[in-house]
Amino acid sequence: MSVAVQVENAARPDAEIICAGERVQLDPSGVAFLPDHGLLVVADLHFEKAASLARRRGLIMPPYDTRETLLRLDQVITRLKPDRVIALGDTWHDTLGATTMKRDDAAQFAALRQRAHWILITGNHDPVLPHTRDAEIADVFRVNALCFRHEPSHHETFEIAGHLHPVAKIKERGRVIRRRCFIANERRLIFPAFGAYTGGLNVRDKAYRPYFAHTDYTIRMVGTNRLYAVSPLSLLPD
Amino acid sequence: MMASQQLHHDSLLPTPFAAWFAQRGWQPRAHQLALLDNVGQRASTLLIAPTGSGKTLAGFLPTLVDLASLSPNDLKQRGLHTLYISPLKALAVDIARNLETPISEMALPFRIETRTGDTPQSKRTRQAERPPHILLTTPEQLALLLAHRNARALFETLDTVILDELHALVTSKRGDLLALDLARLFALSPQLVSIGLSATVREPEALQRYLVPQKAGDDKRAALVTVAGGAKATIEIMQSQARLPLAGHTALASMPEIYKAITAHRMSLVFVNTRMQAEFVFQELWKLNDASLPIALHHGSLDVSQRRKVEAAMVSGQLRAIVCTATLDLGIDWGDVDLVINVGAPKGASRLMQRIGRSNHRFDEPSKALLVPANRFEAMECHAALGAVEAAAQDTPDARVGALDVLAQHCLGMACADGFEVEALYHEVTSAAPYSALSRDDFDAVLSFAATGGYALRAYEHFAKIKQSKDGLWRIATPRAAQQYRMNVGTIIEATMLKVRIGKMTKAGTPQRGGRVLGEVEDYFAEGLVPGDTFLFAGEMLRFEALATNEVIVSRAQRVTDPKIPAYAGGKFPLSTFLAERVRAMLATPATWSALPQEVSEWLTWQKDKSILPKADELLIEAFPSGDRHYLVLYPFEGRLAHQTLGVLLTKRLERARLKPLGFVCNDYGLSIWAIGNISEALQERRITLDDLLAEDMLGDDLEGWLDDSSIMKRAFRHCAVISGLVEKRHPGQEKTGRQVTVSSDLLYDVLRRHQPDHILLKAARQDAALGLLDLKRLGDLLRRIRGHMIFKPLQKMSPLSVAVLLEIGRESVYGEAGDHLLAEAEARMLSEAMQ
Repeated sequence: MSVAVQVENAARPDAEIICAGERVQLDPSGVAFLPDHGLLVVADLHFEKAASLARRRGLIMPPYDTRETLLRLDQVITRLKPDRVIALGDTWHDTLGATTMKRDDAAQFAALRQRAHWILITGNHDPVLPHTRDAEIADVFRVNALCFRHEPSHHETFEIAGHLHPVAKIKERGRVIRRRCFIANERRLIFPAFGAYTGGLNVRDKAYRPYFAHTDYTIRMVGTNRLYAVSPLSLLPD
Repeated sequence: MMASQQLHHDSLLPTPFAAWFAQRGWQPRAHQLALLDNVGQRASTLLIAPTGSGKTLAGFLPTLVDLASLSPNDLKQRGLHTLYISPLKALAVDIARNLETPISEMALPFRIETRTGDTPQSKRTRQAERPPHILLTTPEQLALLLAHRNARALFETLDTVILDELHALVTSKRGDLLALDLARLFALSPQLVSIGLSATVREPEALQRYLVPQKAGDDKRAALVTVAGGAKATIEIMQSQARLPLAGHTALASMPEIYKAITAHRMSLVFVNTRMQAEFVFQELWKLNDASLPIALHHGSLDVSQRRKVEAAMVSGQLRAIVCTATLDLGIDWGDVDLVINVGAPKGASRLMQRIGRSNHRFDEPSKALLVPANRFEAMECHAALGAVEAAAQDTPDARVGALDVLAQHCLGMACADGFEVEALYHEVTSAAPYSALSRDDFDAVLSFAATGGYALRAYEHFAKIKQSKDGLWRIATPRAAQQYRMNVGTIIEATMLKVRIGKMTKAGTPQRGGRVLGEVEDYFAEGLVPGDTFLFAGEMLRFEALATNEVIVSRAQRVTDPKIPAYAGGKFPLSTFLAERVRAMLATPATWSALPQEVSEWLTWQKDKSILPKADELLIEAFPSGDRHYLVLYPFEGRLAHQTLGVLLTKRLERARLKPLGFVCNDYGLSIWAIGNISEALQERRITLDDLLAEDMLGDDLEGWLDDSSIMKRAFRHCAVISGLVEKRHPGQEKTGRQVTVSSDLLYDVLRRHQPDHILLKAARQDAALGLLDLKRLGDLLRRIRGHMIFKPLQKMSPLSVAVLLEIGRESVYGEAGDHLLAEAEARMLSEAMQ
């Protein structure tokens, strides 16, 4: 069971939004596709998080997180066939990540880089990225009026960012449902984290306040095979 | 083993003790002497005795006599002599207090100390260096002591270990932990004798095995000393003026009679099965309390200080009644109770007897109890329990198969002590009764898990928690791993609790702090609250104001008609197998109905006329249309958990038969499924058969398919992940960090299942789910039992029995547990609001 393997309704019209004049198709796997630019956007892969937790905290979590994240990514790339892939930062959980990656996983990642042109944005977890011939490294990346960056800012016409790992929580019929989500307003679109072991930060947390005032934003929660738009008024804090 | 009755007690009891007994006007009881004799012959013994029979003194007497025989100098040199383990720290403290009497009156210079989670660090350190003669503690503290570097020196002098309330301990993972620790104690101190103290149980053999080291293929048992019950209890079933309802669990109609019974007695304990019921009954009794009798409330969610206050008031005789849950089940002697009222069904004969034993602690006088059924099925269950108590018949759960996550924790603990040799540890672990059938493969897998995670992809050799030293022993590898073990020890995983604090909102809309703390609620309950919601808690009507860093801020609410009562998860007991059998037999035997309230026997007669009453070994299945739905109702009487599992699996089969099931509902007695398709017709035309629908193979692939994705497995895995040390336990007061530093166990579960489905921790989670949450064993037994004994009855409309099942609240929808249908509803609601 993986949320990424579901393809039905992948390109529902209600999951397409316009950002600074560009069509952006939000995908239930937690990525987005810009059809006019053949561009796939994914955020916060956090490769090698398990290895980092072992090194820094002595925890020995199942070491399959990188493999799982790559598998899900492979499925998305196979399905959407992008020309370019932008990873919005924190691709590695820490700067040692690239050295601890298992050989199989490294080969799998290299193979994915052969199938599209990759742009790796730097993030706070991976401020320094190892040079590779087959990927472009940048702090910010622009496509027309769109700015792709890791952390949201206040200087852009329209920014597409990650970093916050948004999740939304609602209560329906007495049951609480907490899911990864996209959150957007007229200035920015924040992506959910894609990595297999990434947790989430509730969009009601104060960290969002500088970017999303009051309830003037839209939310799309990630379901099993489609996205669900829910009212900001119905969101619960953690 | 009552041979010692013939023994002359003066030959066993030294003079100061004989004098002490005489001075108190007591005769040493036969079982007390029997224990003295057994321990003298170094025979481990299980003592089964009712409350009030001097059980505790019997347990300690051999120790006191032995210590008294030492010269002052030897006594000074003597290390730890006796260890007393209790499931409750309050009980350990209580026992220490009770031991003071004989010790001070006989002027015995023994050092007796307690050690619980509340014991200050300085005292703990001293206890490990200079141990008392008698140490009273809990299983968790024992595990910590055994993981200490000095464990060998500390315990090699140990003479006796006393396990109190053993029947309550052995049914849980705590019992597994204690069994492993007991095996360790026997290894450290070969002369050790164990004494188990227990209430009456049906199969003492399991407890007898638990108490002594097992050897492969050789059934070792401790000796058994049984004390026959004291005076027979007087138990009555309340005959309410109001007619018993068909369903519901509140017993609302019986409140006036309960109140009347309270006024007619000195001190009553009102037992209920859940904390929610406790809150409800307490409120209702106070509505009737015109005389302002001191009636108090006691359950596990209340603030400790509040509970202590109630207990103190009870001891000093200031109260007339306490509404309580299982928190008062165990044997702390708290005052002069002369009536026990059990509201709702007793669920098990043993539990009922334990509760009744709370009344009248004087051994020779009868206890008095009143059973208050809340609905008609419960009336039958109460009568079945009454019969069981009269026959002194007991129901006890089967002996446990030791949990693997507990074993992982134990391995880490043993590595923290002075290290272990793998062969020897395997030998030792399998000498613990719950682990006597543990395979070497599973043991190795658990050990490998404890060391480096046990992953097929070897990734953590550098970060191993346990490593083999040059001398061949396995030891903890880093101080950090040892620290993690100590923080994590124990098997009690509570839902994260949030404090409930009184405090109004300021004008600025932030919650005011500093008000009184009323108690704690599970976080899942708190997260379902919306500001303005009202609920009953700590006997008050509260209004939810806000959630502020791990606290639920509330204000006192004006009386509202419909409070939102806390839906506590704790305290729902399923109907015991044994009582279920008795209820089925009663149903099949109209001659027994005269004992039941009239409306119940009328109801059963009506069922016989309109449908069928199944024989004791039969399963009745009814089918009828109602509205635009088709219903299928089954009456297995196997308890809610087994019915819930059956409900899930049966809906899957009906789905496959294209009968479009929509949902199901169950209680302890039966379950009902409703569908769009005409199930009745399909069965009559033999398009489907009951044999197929209820074939045993539903516990194969169907179960696997459902289980893997179900939240039940995730919950079981979460518990195993914490107990085994894979993820860190969250400690109270620990702040929630935004993006979590660690990884949620749900994510780990999904990834592990995909990449290493045979991992030992998945196996551990599956075992737990099968046992505790799904009751698969009971469901399996049911499916076998009903083969060839199913009677199908198509009806035109609901049968009398079915109404009582259909009225049950808490319906399950057949939609997946993913919650997507709920997301879709939330979306639809937003869209429709946007259209208006």
